[in-house]
Amino acid sequence: MKIKFHHIALFILLLSAAGCKLDNVKPPSVKLNGQLMYKGSPIGVEYNQVPFQLYQTGYKGNTPISGTFDQDGSYSVLTFNGNYKFTIPGGQGPFQWKELPSGGRDTINIALNGDQTVNIEVTPYYMIRNAQLTAASGKITANFSIEKVITDASAKNIQTVSLFVNKTQFVSPGDHAAEADLDGGAITDPANVSLNVAIPSFPVTQNYVYARVGIRIAGVEDMIFSPVVKVSY
Amino acid sequence: MSCRSKNKINIAPDSFIALKKQIVLMKKIFTIAMISVLISAESCKKDSDFLNVPPKSVVTTDVVFSDPALVLSVLGDLYNRVLDFSSLDNGWTTFADFGESFPSDNGQYGFVQNRSWDYGTWGTWDYGYVRDLNLFIDNVTASTKLLAADKSRFLAEGRFLRATYYFEMVKRMGGVPLITQTLTYDNSGNVIGLQFPRSKESDIYDFVISEAEAIKGLLPSDPTEKSRATKAAALAMEARAALYAGSIAKYGATTPQVSLSGGEVGIPSSMASGYYTKALAAAKEIISGSAGSYKLYQVLPNLSDNFAAIFLDKSSVNQESIWVEDFKALAGKVHSFTTNDQPYSVSDEASDAGRLDPSLNLVQSFEKLDNTFAPIATKDGAGNPIYYADQQDPFAGRDARLAGTVMLPHFFWKTAYIDIWGGYLLSNGNIISSDDATHYAALPGSSEQVQVVGKDGPTPTGEPLRTQTGFYVRKYLDPATGSGRRGRQSDVNFIRYRYAEVLLNAAEAAFELGQTSDATLYMNQVRARAGLTTPLTAGDITFDRIVHERRAELSFEGHVLFDMKRWRIATKVWDGNPESLNDLTSNISSATKRNTQPWGLYPYKYYSPGSPNDGKWVFREVLPSPVTGVLNFRLGNYYSQINDGIISANPKIKRQPNQ
Repeated sequence: MKIKFHHIALFILLLSAAGCKLDNVKPPSVKLNGQLMYKGSPIGVEYNQVPFQLYQTGYKGNTPISGTFDQDGSYSVLTFNGNYKFTIPGGQGPFQWKELPSGGRDTINIALNGDQTVNIEVTPYYMIRNAQLTAASGKITANFSIEKVITDASAKNIQTVSLFVNKTQFVSPGDHAAEADLDGGAITDPANVSLNVAIPSFPVTQNYVYARVGIRIAGVEDMIFSPVVKVSY
Repeated sequence: MSCRSKNKINIAPDSFIALKKQIVLMKKIFTIAMISVLISAESCKKDSDFLNVPPKSVVTTDVVFSDPALVLSVLGDLYNRVLDFSSLDNGWTTFADFGESFPSDNGQYGFVQNRSWDYGTWGTWDYGYVRDLNLFIDNVTASTKLLAADKSRFLAEGRFLRATYYFEMVKRMGGVPLITQTLTYDNSGNVIGLQFPRSKESDIYDFVISEAEAIKGLLPSDPTEKSRATKAAALAMEARAALYAGSIAKYGATTPQVSLSGGEVGIPSSMASGYYTKALAAAKEIISGSAGSYKLYQVLPNLSDNFAAIFLDKSSVNQESIWVEDFKALAGKVHSFTTNDQPYSVSDEASDAGRLDPSLNLVQSFEKLDNTFAPIATKDGAGNPIYYADQQDPFAGRDARLAGTVMLPHFFWKTAYIDIWGGYLLSNGNIISSDDATHYAALPGSSEQVQVVGKDGPTPTGEPLRTQTGFYVRKYLDPATGSGRRGRQSDVNFIRYRYAEVLLNAAEAAFELGQTSDATLYMNQVRARAGLTTPLTAGDITFDRIVHERRAELSFEGHVLFDMKRWRIATKVWDGNPESLNDLTSNISSATKRNTQPWGLYPYKYYSPGSPNDGKWVFREVLPSPVTGVLNFRLGNYYSQINDGIISANPKIKRQPNQ
């Protein structure tokens, strides 16, 4: 049989008629979002490096919804109404997460019934306070103070503090154009730390860069950051 | 018959017709009667006999395990399922990654563009294979018709393969449930009896070591037996496993976060010296010759060719390889490593070549003949480029394993010299090049169109399937005619254990036990074979030396990841920071040197008519343009993720740390 135009038209018509049936599964539509917080201050982390897990209780299996925090510590999930438990897997994040006496990780119960914002309160090892990022005479300069939050037996030392500069908003150890480091041992006054780095040159000239400072804590994988700032010059 | 009778009827007189009809009718009745008698006689057979026809396409267990040839074929399947990290028949990409090479293939740039490895990478959880191995052991044990000698060898081989797989699992997952019996589900709906918790990591290593000790006497001591388990293979496995366990115990102390309280991950540091002692003892048993006469391969006068030939020589002359995955061309067991990685200009296939390009990071790590380290010199002390008369000059005076592992520019392969150069460098610093050797361009002061880039690249546009680092891989590359064709492919062996590694294992174990002079004794043998004839003294042996020696000898043999993991330096070597040119060329001897991005070294032909340097070679370090990612090994990568499905099915399984 020769395929003629009306055959094709008929076929397409049939196909589209079959597609008229209603989908029997609703898409996820309830939005859960929030941010990593310590006493009202957001905690900055590296993009796509600090994961979280959301378990739905009363649901078959034990497979979580996984995601990662953004640079400013925010997260969002599109899902269904229900009861969830929120947790951060072991060894992740520049902060302490409560461990249960039984050895497991603590969870936050979230009863989701419509869109909801749940901020995640954690205790970081350090906080960067009053970060001032300025551009002058071909350099980016950062002035900030470091507050040691955890001072008990589980306290950790600072390995390095770093200033990262990049041409885009993604500023991290793995994605930056310029970097200045200061060894933890070389910090004399944690209340007044200064770092500077020459403004890097880019293939396409731009009169601004994005920058932030971070602390690498000894024995902790993830760094803690100040908010990303756009510095124009 | 009937046709003929019909013809007769036509010519017969009318009076006969009635009689004839009657005869035909009687014949019919007779036939029907006969058929019905036959059918009823047939149905006299018992129903069960009629239905129980033994299938001719299935061989039953008791038949299989009564004939050594059939048992061997079952065993062959189990051998085929051995899991290797890098394996020739599992694709060239199993050799890529870790900053040691660049993947010159449009579909595989993920290796150099992804920031970090997924936690599940390198995981394995094949309890189906474990069950088949346990079943094999059960069946051989139960068999009554096999000769005692056959039976004990088969049994030992089954246990060897099971220990091999548990070793592979513990390297990747830490402690796993240790199942040494076949489990049967009773259809009761209750699976608690089938759920086992993870054993301690040290328990799995102990199992591997004790199995090797138990079976070594049951296996043949035959250096010509390469593809089946031998005494030396069991001992080599034991030495490696004990060494791994020892270093996890010792260096695990530097990463206390990478452990679980129940010991499923992490080994107490107090156990380190016990494991090192076992590793040294097992290695010494092979070195002493009690498992057969194994020795380093020293046949060819050219030390680089000799090193490459370890992997090519399948004859009985090769007493270095201990246990291999064997291949056979034109007989169905072949691999495409040569097809995928052969030089582009000498390729047997138009669009299959050059994928695995060793990095400058690896090339420069091979030391100089005076036992010192130096980057490949591209500039003199004043910062001016060095002009080399020959393309191979910058690599002269180095460890012979360099040219044995890596194809340097202007290497002669099969039928021709490979053609690696990035273009013409003019005296004003400009480069004239093109995206293909057949796309000519004119040099200044001339209108003649000439070739301006090597047939093997590297091109400024980063053409795939040609080298993009300035090097090709040589290890495993098959010089046999037709080995690069897709139709024939190659049958080079993959060596799982070889004598040189046993020596290095012995050296490392001896070093860790403080026996540094013994360590030099073992290590110097391996080094002398590579042309490093100035022996190291006991004072020269350091941790960095051990790490370096394994990289030089064993690169592309599936060791780098597990070595970096057990020494707990993976997080330092792949630390997630970009690798600058200064990072690249400094601290080459350091074990914890950053290796996060694969660099290349491009040769350029200097064009300046009248200058004494005209036509000479200038080399430049180049980061290939697809390299946008930075390798970042996270603490959670030390042990691969046990996926949620497994944990859902068995809540007794503990999650890995840092995930």
